Amino acid sequence: MKKKRSVIEIISSVRFIHILLAIILGFAVGALFLAVMGVSVGDAYGKLLDSVTTVKGISYVIVYATPYILTGLSVAFSFKTGVFNIGAEGQFVVGSMAAAVTGILLKDLPKPALIPLCFLAAMAAGALWGIIVGTLKTKWGINEVLAMIMFNWIAFYLSNYIAGLPGIKNTGTAEATQTISENARTLLSKQTIADLGLAPTANWGILVALIAMILVWFIIEKTTLGYELKAVGSNRFAAEYGGIGVNRSILTALAISGALAGLGGSLQVMGMGSRISIFSAQEGFGFGGIVVALIGCSNPFGALAAGLFYGALTYGGSKLNLVGAPTQLISVIVGTVVFFIAISVIFERLGGGIRARRNAVAREDKEKREAAKKPPLEEAKEPPAEAAGSGGAPEEEGKEGEAK
Amino acid sequence: MGKEHVDMNTPVIEMRNIVKKFGDFTANDGINLTVHKGEIHAILGENGAGKSTLMNQLYGLIRPTSGDILVRGQKIEMNNPRDAIAAGIGMVHQHFMLIQPFTVTENIVLGTEPVNGIKLDMVKARQNVLDISEKYGLSIDPDARIEDISVGMQQRVEILKALYRGAEILILDEPTSSLTPQEILELIQIMHKLTEDGKSIILITHKLKEIKESADFCTIIRLGKYISTVDVDTVTESDLANMMVGRNVTFKVDKPEMEPGEVVLEVKDLHAKDYRDVEILKGLNLKVRRNEIVGIAGIDGNGQTELVEIITGLKKATAGDVLVNGVSVCNKTPHFGFEHGVSSIPADRQKHGLVLAHSVEDNLILQNYKKDPYAKRSILQRGPIFSHAQEAIGKFDIRPGGSEKRPAGTLSGGNQQKVIIAREVYNDKDLLIAVNPTRGLDVGAIEYVHGYLVEQRNKGKAILLVSFELDEIMSLSDVIDVIFDGRIVSRVPGKEADEKTLGLMMAGGGKA
Amino acid sequence: MTDVINSLGILLFATLAYGTPLIYASLGSCFSEISGVVNIGIEGMMTAGAFTGTVTAYFTGSPWIGFLCGGLAGMLFGALHALATVRLGADQTIAGTAINMLGPGLVIMIARVLFNSTDTIPLTPEQRMPRLLTGVFDTGTTFGRFMDNVFSTYASTYLVFLAVIIVWFVFYKTRFGLRMRACGEHPEACETLGINVLKTRFLCVCMSGFLAGLGGACVTMAISNQFRPISIVGQGFIAIAAVIFGKFRPHGALVGCLLFGFCSGLKTVLGGSSGIDTQLISMIPYVVTVLVLILFVGKSRVPSASGKPFIKAR
Repeated sequence: MKKKRSVIEIISSVRFIHILLAIILGFAVGALFLAVMGVSVGDAYGKLLDSVTTVKGISYVIVYATPYILTGLSVAFSFKTGVFNIGAEGQFVVGSMAAAVTGILLKDLPKPALIPLCFLAAMAAGALWGIIVGTLKTKWGINEVLAMIMFNWIAFYLSNYIAGLPGIKNTGTAEATQTISENARTLLSKQTIADLGLAPTANWGILVALIAMILVWFIIEKTTLGYELKAVGSNRFAAEYGGIGVNRSILTALAISGALAGLGGSLQVMGMGSRISIFSAQEGFGFGGIVVALIGCSNPFGALAAGLFYGALTYGGSKLNLVGAPTQLISVIVGTVVFFIAISVIFERLGGGIRARRNAVAREDKEKREAAKKPPLEEAKEPPAEAAGSGGAPEEEGKEGEAK
Repeated sequence: MGKEHVDMNTPVIEMRNIVKKFGDFTANDGINLTVHKGEIHAILGENGAGKSTLMNQLYGLIRPTSGDILVRGQKIEMNNPRDAIAAGIGMVHQHFMLIQPFTVTENIVLGTEPVNGIKLDMVKARQNVLDISEKYGLSIDPDARIEDISVGMQQRVEILKALYRGAEILILDEPTSSLTPQEILELIQIMHKLTEDGKSIILITHKLKEIKESADFCTIIRLGKYISTVDVDTVTESDLANMMVGRNVTFKVDKPEMEPGEVVLEVKDLHAKDYRDVEILKGLNLKVRRNEIVGIAGIDGNGQTELVEIITGLKKATAGDVLVNGVSVCNKTPHFGFEHGVSSIPADRQKHGLVLAHSVEDNLILQNYKKDPYAKRSILQRGPIFSHAQEAIGKFDIRPGGSEKRPAGTLSGGNQQKVIIAREVYNDKDLLIAVNPTRGLDVGAIEYVHGYLVEQRNKGKAILLVSFELDEIMSLSDVIDVIFDGRIVSRVPGKEADEKTLGLMMAGGGKA
Repeated sequence: MTDVINSLGILLFATLAYGTPLIYASLGSCFSEISGVVNIGIEGMMTAGAFTGTVTAYFTGSPWIGFLCGGLAGMLFGALHALATVRLGADQTIAGTAINMLGPGLVIMIARVLFNSTDTIPLTPEQRMPRLLTGVFDTGTTFGRFMDNVFSTYASTYLVFLAVIIVWFVFYKTRFGLRMRACGEHPEACETLGINVLKTRFLCVCMSGFLAGLGGACVTMAISNQFRPISIVGQGFIAIAAVIFGKFRPHGALVGCLLFGFCSGLKTVLGGSSGIDTQLISMIPYVVTVLVLILFVGKSRVPSASGKPFIKAR
């Protein structure tokens, strides 16, 4: 019962409507560009819709979405705790490499042992990446955004370096690691895939993402840890005054964020990827995570929905050249959506937000006035100012009795 | 003073029937103001009465909903501060509008900088600043950075800023709120000197004594409405007070005599450095006993902030010790201090006291969120947290505007302070530190806060009161310790204190 | 000895070549940050500049028109960022993220349309940024070759040093500079002095886009001589890092960019010969930046009002 009401609340909330509006505008701008390029809008959007509404399409969307949901959760979690985790990219990369290395080196371990081990390795690597940045921030006061940008690149080259090491590198000509052990893969059985007509890389990684989502929600909303992290995130001074260890909280927040992004990396390589290439440019899972978190209002459930949306666009976008539309249309659409989310304050202002703020000011002043008005009634009987030696007393004594 | 210069024919400022509405709220409801040349005109009213709103309209920061503004008999549309500046109006805001990392010169000339071609002419700017400071007898160091100079000096810079722009009419918004008694006297002298030079001054304040000491006329505003304009010489302070609040008031606090108990807080030979690494506490000693309010009187910047930060565990001392009930809490964590009996009402409630984004109920358990019954095995227990909030809201008359789930940031200042007081009273610690506990509150809320401090003292708590409002220190404290240059320089029983000697000691002028 | 001097010459050449686009972009970042607007959209603005610069040079045949148009394209995105953050009070981080998606998305889309699905737009020598002082030095001597390596470099590099001086002058010696710095510290105070905060910030963010666009154009027109979708990969963020490194001062950012360029140059010089894995060598600039921060720089003071939208009361 309670749950139902909250769903309705979310859907009818102003924020949700803004995001819906932003998405519609995003597609509208995309349509405009298509029209300018002379591509049929109906063809392009039809292709997009068709490709993600078949069973196979849906399974692809889920496969594409899974890592983005995790990096989205990572960034959303960091937003809640007052840090901007622009480092999810690097955490994702070290996580996927840790999982790959585990899956290659321990290839003979049975599935039930290897899979959790890969997850753990990835989360540990991601957490470590977060903690390094956290330590730079708390120990030396180094701006975390700067440090994260550096560590994204360090992770990138580290991953490339490891991918080229003997024992890890592919023995063939491919500039990539070996394929990880079958026992480290999260793929659904060939039978299931064939029976249901799913994508060949369909995997159960999404379940891990769902569990992570619930855990994140639980930590933020229900635990003392969440209380601490949120307090530090929104006002570190008050949190410190209240006895919360600010530095430890920052480290914890970054470690959890990093672990989430790292887990995302492992899901990618254990599900769809199977091996890691030596890249020439960052893949952008972390940056995608920022977008997912923004569209999802930094809310864990929002990150799921936004991750699926992003996955659908990424997968659907890859089919766009079939109708002569460029894949980059997706970046334009998503970019526009994010842009309109950024300026959604303007919707609010147009829709009476300013009135609401003014009302808040007015309410405050009114309260002050009421407070100022109240005593006269009580003190009307008091003698004139100078003579009234105990003017404030009656009210105070009343309160005193209550406070006991 | 200054009344001789009054030119009765053309007022320099005339505001006629000013109405300012924010949505359905009327902040100014038909206010009239007439100021003549060479006059000091006070505007008196409580917090929230609409004084600042009125002045912001005169300075072009906001536009009136209806009503006229006339400067020297000419109707003027004030669209922005540029119009006001052009009309010869200058304003010194309560919260100084100064750029901290800039120099005095840069701050004064900002917006009307002298240039040489495309290059800023800082040599000329500096000379201009020196000239004007000499002309009005307001000496300043033109090369000092604002962040390095005292509050009194910053105010001079603000006044010079207005004069530099050729202001003939100066609006001073609560100019004395952070000044020492000596600095206040100096300011009043400056004001008189300016009016002798033909300037007019509008003084916004809620301090009656200053009005009596400085102003010629006083316009009283209550709840957004114009009450009256009076010749200050013909009224008494209590007349003014009554007109301001619309009732009879007193600022005396009823406080029974009590014998202090054992020592709760003992500060021994405390040394510490400030953020610039300069020694600011230089061997401070202090004791606070049960059933006792010890007030720390002093000018901002003499070590009060650092003292409180060290006791509450936010700052490290370089030497010395702080004992609470015999346990050292010095150089530990805020949580350690809390567990050993320290609670506090911090100076800046929005920065230190509350997590504004958190709900009222979450703010009420800030130090206790980990403890039974609010949390069990690291899981928050919403039921007990909610019922605790309900109880506190009822007992402390907090008005959260609808729900205890509302973010604390949406509450009014007075209600925010009540949330903090409720929390600290529930914490029930032996030592309560209150820093400027009534700053920015209206009369009703001030009485309320004072009542609670006295009540806590009566219940056997030791209370350390740090305040820049000397009146507050004098009316509440059992003992007043005067802090100067990082030490307690003298200790005066609360009953025997008088403002003049305290003020002298605060400025380092010898002992009582 | 000759080898060492030769290597040093190449190293300095590479430092300047890698550093130049970063310096342009970081000057842009300074403009925005110091007036109180966080601009993480620099990367997107650079991509826009890189593409537009290359395409204009390709069609007009003039590198200078290309370079200028690169800047203007960046400025266009700067204006978009300014519209969102300054005029409409948008969250600056979110708006910047949007710019980073929109910039590359748009230009690559247009590139695909213009060049029929090939992403790479090559430039002929005449369309590239010219090199100055070529042939002035006698490359027969060791010293001459060193001088040739260092000074016979792209015009855009000479220009960037001029740009640093101009920006520094504007920031610290002009009326506009004083006002923009004030807007980044205390916009309310500026408003009371009749300074138009919104206009000042709008201009600064546009300027920020212009310089970032020039930086982007440098990458494709002076170094790689072609535009590819991965021409701009993270330089914008490195430029932002250099600004934080340089404590939000143009001359500080210059040092940061040169340090970064130097480490990247080291990569080129060491790359073939040293036997160290190239991937590890590629890490050097990033590791060195972090180490320098720990050892020498420490905390940087962010302009007080940075990141906060300024909303005028009415």
